Amino acid sequence: MQTTFTPYSGLLGGALIGFAAVLLLVANGRIAGISSIIGGLLTRPTTDIGWRIAFVCGLGLGACSYRLIAGEWFAVDSAATWPVMLTAGLFVGFGTRMGGGCTSGHGVCGLARLSPRSLVATLVFMASGMLTVFVTRHLLD
Amino acid sequence: MLFGLGLAISGMVNPAKVLGFLDVAGNWDPTLAFVMLGALGVTAPAFYIILKRPAPWFAPRFELSTRKDIEPRLVSGAALFGVGWGLAGLCPGPAVTDLVTINGSVALFVAAMLAGMLLHDRMSAHWQSRFAADRSG
Repeated sequence: MQTTFTPYSGLLGGALIGFAAVLLLVANGRIAGISSIIGGLLTRPTTDIGWRIAFVCGLGLGACSYRLIAGEWFAVDSAATWPVMLTAGLFVGFGTRMGGGCTSGHGVCGLARLSPRSLVATLVFMASGMLTVFVTRHLLD
Repeated sequence: MLFGLGLAISGMVNPAKVLGFLDVAGNWDPTLAFVMLGALGVTAPAFYIILKRPAPWFAPRFELSTRKDIEPRLVSGAALFGVGWGLAGLCPGPAVTDLVTINGSVALFVAAMLAGMLLHDRMSAHWQSRFAADRSG
């Protein structure tokens, strides 16, 4: 499916994401990396669990507030079949734990801290994502 | 909440838009780059100022990784993550956020993602204990 370029809502939404990450850092001293926040819930479910649960619930509540403001749900368009979704989920879960972060932790927070590890990780997962899409959309189709 | 709202407004909750960004050889949709710019425009200067403080407001210290080494784990993990990201157009934040729309295939993705995380941690704990046993024995 084709989508259109929406720079203004992109910048605005991005700024809100950034603002949320800033709040979490200045208040709790934590990096807003979603994969790490969820990973911590799974592997160490006894320690500092409160803020992790609050953050994950906040994601859902943020989406619900969009529903209230906009009057309709945002589009979730996916042509991926269930086996593809299953495989993709496994890769994302395994890869983010192994690489220590995802788009938010490495991309938004790590780059802001000028972390060399995050820069490498972001470039690698962008390149690998682009290559994957190139293979599935242009070579296999 | 702000993070979820931001994801929703930016359109990054939609796998089709993420795949549109990753599809550089097709009808490229650069929106994701603008989302990153918008976020970094806020985080980069704010992090710089915040991290000069001795401590955050409600915690004794900042919990930050101070590692600077680029090891194979980091690179291969990011590469694997990219494959999954490119297959589904979903990364952890949008996937969890999309759960509120009660979408079966997103729910399957999240379940598989949690399984992938657990699998990694099991395997890495296993390897670490094997490694420790080899060295001591």
